[in-house]
This record gives sequence, C-alpha cells and structure tokens, in this order.
Amino acid sequence: MTMLDIHNLHVRVGGKPILQGIDLSVSAGEVHAIMGPNGSGKSTLARALSGHPDYQVTEGEVSYEGRDLLAMDPEARAREGVFMAFQYPVEIPGVNNAYFLKAALNAIRKHRGQEELDAIEFMALMREKATLLEIDPSMLSRSVNEGFSGGEKKRNEIFQMAVLEPKLAILDETDSGLDIDALKLVANGVNAMRSPERAIIVVTHYQRLLDYIVPDVVHVLSGGRIVKSGDRALALELEDKGYGWLETSA
Amino acid sequence: MTTATRTIEELANREYQYGFVTDVEAETVPKGLNEEVVRLISEKKREPAWLLEWRLKAYRTWLTMTEPTWQNVHYPAIDYQDIIYYSAPKKRPTLNSLDEVDPEIRATFEKLGIPLEEQKLLAGVAVDAVFDSVSVGTTFRAKLAELGIIFCSFSDAVQEHPDLVRKYLGTVVPYSDNFFATLNSAVFSDGSFAYIPKGVRCPMELSTYFRINAQNTGQFERTLLIAEEGAHVSYLEGCTAPMRDENQLHAAVVELVALDNATIKYSTIQNWYPGDKQGKGGIFNFVTKRGKAAGVNSKITWTQVETGSAITWKYPGCILQGDNSIGEFYSVATTNNWQQADTGTKMIHIGRNTKSTIVSKGISAGHGQNTYRGMVKIGKQAHGARNYSQCDSLLIGDQCGAHTFPYLEIKNTSARVEHEASTSKIDEDQIFYCRQRGLSTEDAVNLIVSGFCREVFRELPMEFAVEAQKLLSVSLEGSVG
Repeated sequence: MTMLDIHNLHVRVGGKPILQGIDLSVSAGEVHAIMGPNGSGKSTLARALSGHPDYQVTEGEVSYEGRDLLAMDPEARAREGVFMAFQYPVEIPGVNNAYFLKAALNAIRKHRGQEELDAIEFMALMREKATLLEIDPSMLSRSVNEGFSGGEKKRNEIFQMAVLEPKLAILDETDSGLDIDALKLVANGVNAMRSPERAIIVVTHYQRLLDYIVPDVVHVLSGGRIVKSGDRALALELEDKGYGWLETSA
Repeated sequence: MTTATRTIEELANREYQYGFVTDVEAETVPKGLNEEVVRLISEKKREPAWLLEWRLKAYRTWLTMTEPTWQNVHYPAIDYQDIIYYSAPKKRPTLNSLDEVDPEIRATFEKLGIPLEEQKLLAGVAVDAVFDSVSVGTTFRAKLAELGIIFCSFSDAVQEHPDLVRKYLGTVVPYSDNFFATLNSAVFSDGSFAYIPKGVRCPMELSTYFRINAQNTGQFERTLLIAEEGAHVSYLEGCTAPMRDENQLHAAVVELVALDNATIKYSTIQNWYPGDKQGKGGIFNFVTKRGKAAGVNSKITWTQVETGSAITWKYPGCILQGDNSIGEFYSVATTNNWQQADTGTKMIHIGRNTKSTIVSKGISAGHGQNTYRGMVKIGKQAHGARNYSQCDSLLIGDQCGAHTFPYLEIKNTSARVEHEASTSKIDEDQIFYCRQRGLSTEDAVNLIVSGFCREVFRELPMEFAVEAQKLLSVSLEGSVG
C-alpha cells in the first residue's frame, strides 16, 4: 500500500526554485534511495517532507497515509510518524540527551493516545535500543549532540529513530562524514529498523552506503527532477559511470 | 514572522497567572513618610527604644541621600510621599494552627498553588508565610526549636530574641548602605529571622513566601539569617504578587552572617507582577542582599531565579572575610515585554584563599532589557584569592537587549580572576530540530531555555527547581539519565 505519494512537487528555498516537479511513490516495507549530484535537490526533498520552514512548497501535493502532509506542522508530521535523520544534527547545550528523547517520545505517544512512559520504563527502552545499536550509554546522559564527533551525531540520529519508531524514516545524507566502521554501525541500525510496516528513504550522494543498506528502488535526482529510477543495479551503474552520464542522457 | 518569534509572542502575551486581589481589611497608616510615620510603625510593632532609634537614624540619613541613577533601567519618578508605609491585615491572628488562618488568606495561598498544609505534609518545608506585612502562619517552629533553631517573623524575633537582633542587625547592610536599603531600615515592616546554633545542621529547607497585597503599600521586608560556627542552613524565598495598574515599590533587605565553618544557601524565586504587555504597572524591585562569610571556611551561596517585576535592581553579594571562605552566585534573570533587570553580584575578597564563583544567565524576550552588573573586588590582604565569572545572555526575538558590566578591582597580585561572557540567540535550527522530533515550538523554546539555565537550576533545592522550571514554563531536566 502506498504510504507516501508525492505529485509534481515544486519547492523554493530563499526564493530560488530547487525542486521542479517531483513524482514519487513509496510503500510500506520499501527502502528507496535518492541519489544525485550536489545541488540536485536531494536534501531539499528531505527537508521539505519534514516541513522545514525555509523550504517553501509552491506547487504539487504530498499525501501521507491518505492525508495532506503539506498541511501539517513539522511536529504534527513527526507525531504521525515522519522522522528525519538530519544531515547536520544541531546541538542543544544543557539539555540532556535522554531527557530530550523522552520528551519527544512522550509527545508522540500522547498524540497517539498511548500512555506516556515514566522514567523507569523509558530507561529500559533506552537500554534495549542502545544495546541494539551498540551505543555507549554515557552518550545518553550528555547534552544533545554537544561535543559529539560527527560520527556520534549521526549514530545519535539513528538511535533516536530506533526509539521513536517512525513509520516513515528519511535519512538525509546520514553517511556523509562517516568512516567505514561508523558507516557500518549506522547501516546496521537502519537495517534493524526495516519492517513491512515501515518505509525508509535514504538520501545519499554515494553508492557506498547502499552496499550496506540495500534499497528496493533507486532514484536519481538532477536539476530538481527525478531523471531515472531503477533497482539497485542503477546505483552500481552510477558508481561506475558517475552522474555526468545521466545528465547527458536525461 | 517566524514560528519561534510567534511562540515567543504568545508566551509574552500570556496573562500573568497570579494576578488577583484578596479582599482582606487592612489596617494602614496614612500615605507619606516622615518621622511620625517611622515612630508609628515602631510603636505598632511594640519595638524597644534602640530599634526606634536605629530606624530614626536611618530615616534621617535617607533624607540626605539621592536615588541612584547609574543603573541601566528607566522608570517614572517615584513619589515617596505617595506611598503607604505600613499595612497589616486587620484581624491580627494569634494562631495555634493553620486552621485558624483567615479563610480568605488561605484561599489566596491555594490560588498561588502553595497551600500551607500541603507544604507542611509533602515538602517537609517549614513555612513562615508573610502576607503583606504581618506573618499569618508559622509552622515547624516547635520542631526546629528542639534543635535550638529559631525561625520566625522578624517582628517576633524583635520581641523574643532582641539581643540577637540587636547584635547582628545592620552588621552586613548598615542602615546607611544605599538609598533603598536605608529607606528599608527606616520603615521595614516585617520579614523573617533565622538563627542556627553552633554545629547544627538545619534538617529542612527553611522557606518564606512573600506577597504584596494592600493597594499602594510598599513592601519593605527585612530578613536576617545567622549561622553559628559549623551550622548549615538552606533557605528558600519565593514570591508572587497580585495584578496592579500602578507601580508598587519593593525595597527589601536581606542580611546573612556565616561564622566559622558555617554554610548558608539562600535561594530565591522572584515572580512579582511584571506589568502588562504595554509595560503598564508592575513591581519596582529594589533589593539589597548581602552575606558576610565572616568565619574561616564559611560559605555563602546565592541562587536566584528572577522572572518577575517591572524593574529588578538587585546584587546579592558576599563579603569574604574569613580565610578560605567561599562565595557563590548563581542567577537566572528573565525579562519579557517591557521588563528591565539590572542584576548581578558583588564579591568582596578580604581573607586569604577566598574563592568566588559567579554564574549569570540572562534571558531577554519581547522588549525586555537585561543587564548583568557584577563587581569582583580583591583586597590587599586577600592572598591567593580566586574568582571565576561566567555571564551568558540569551536573546529571544530581535527587540530585546542584553548588557554586561563586569567591574574588577584587584589589589593583590597573587589573585586569579577569570571572566567569560557569551551572547546567543535561540537558533531556528534548534527549534526545527525539536519540532521534527514531535515537540511543539513552545516546548522547544522551553527546552532550549532550560538547557541554557541548567547550571543555575541544579543549584536550587529540588522543590524549588520544580517551581523555577514551571515559572520559566520549562520541563524538568535531569529526571532521567
């Protein structure tokens, strides 16, 4: 069943048109990779879907579980199960990582009519997920992303995803700046999240990540449009030939 | 307009929750200030002659003084003859239990969310409730008395422990100290008194709630707290005030004395009526607070959360007289709408190896103006003195202001003084990050602000920390992890 249906999406950033008519359909259980050269609009797509206020939708529709996603606030989208792993996770000094995540989880649970978790239940959940993702528990008691290395920040994003259990996860260049070990850890985390109920969109510049997170569908963005879609073989082909090949053939 | 700014405006536009007036008949003296009024106040309180003399000296000194103008706040001229200097609830209660407290006053406390009996039962906090100028309820006195601890209203202390009051009153803040403290010395109505005897560790947090009520009544509280050798005490002071159109003057004085090896922790939540959205009304809060770390190894910690008042003028300081004594100041001051705060501390190093720490967090929103003003003075004899100061300002929106005025006066070359300052704005990206995780913009702002204030909040006693966070509409940090 289609979870996310994007039709003719146009997005401007600071008045400049970036996305110029995206059509994309993602079903539960699928992993889609969005690839493309720098400036093609990959990250813009991720941020527009999460409702970033700087990304202005000028045309098109996005339906999420049959509802108008674009009419929803960022927090409403999050509570309905849309999660974005940030390319540049922000630091929030003085705010305890675990506390932050508990507040987020309980906001989502409350929205769903579930009971809020108390500190003890939450800690149990944290421990379980931390073990799963091989996260050092000391990271949880530090301030949100403050003083984290690039790799720690990205792993923290995946950890948050694991705790919040979204229906639709969007990974915005989560692989950038990761060494191969960190990349594997992040990929393992994402793979552990794969499920028939969940859709995952992986935005990436490099094929490398897709060695570890094997996508069902690969889309190539260029000039704000999807110029080619295919299966995993497309990603490998890109690796071989580079993006230039597509831009000329498009 | 950005979402963050919108939320700030919503927060800013929120009505003051504690604005209401209690209808209790008040007994007042006529408006205005002269020697007769000073005598009348003293007489009403059946004070000994020496105290009347002290008040009169203060009054005569005050006549020669002028209101300070160096502070970075602006307000219409105060007409000191248009103020009522004494007001007491008419039915002066003589109470055996809280049940005998005027039901209306009780209801007032309920509205404030601080029912005395709950305080008693739940928090284990002894509360000396100051309603207007006369205490109406005192709890735990008996239990504290077993340990030799005296905790009562200032007026009662004058009657029951005149020698102690006489010995220490004005020894930290002399009656001639400054315009507002001198005014207070002449006309102070009531306040709290605590005495912790030698070697006693006070088993509970001592707490007072202050409240201005009768119209046009200046609030002139006087607090005196003495920790004898080796004594430990933690004192909490919090207040809210009813909504008023005209400005109300508040000029309190707090004096702390810590003898050898004594520790005093004094925490304040200040939430006087800040005025309306247009900057009309609100309390003018001119406060003099000072502690003398008189003994060796003594320690005084001031922690304040200043969220209220139209004008805040307040510099809780420490005189570090004893060798190895320690002074600390942790402050969060918020100014919203048209509020103005000029606050900070004075650390006066006199003894050897004295240490002071200053952590100041100023948050400005709306048209609020927030000034940190702090003085670190290291005397000639203060060998090995150390100070660390950190002043951070957080700006919310683009119409507010933050100002920092650190003063350093160092007369001993062995001193080490460090000062750090930062100014930041709440970042849109931080807010979006929180929203993407499911938090509302308002919760996001509160979270970021609470993180900013964390170093100060963790200095507060637990029950106060909760209240402080509530006041800043922030959720509690550190409950997990």
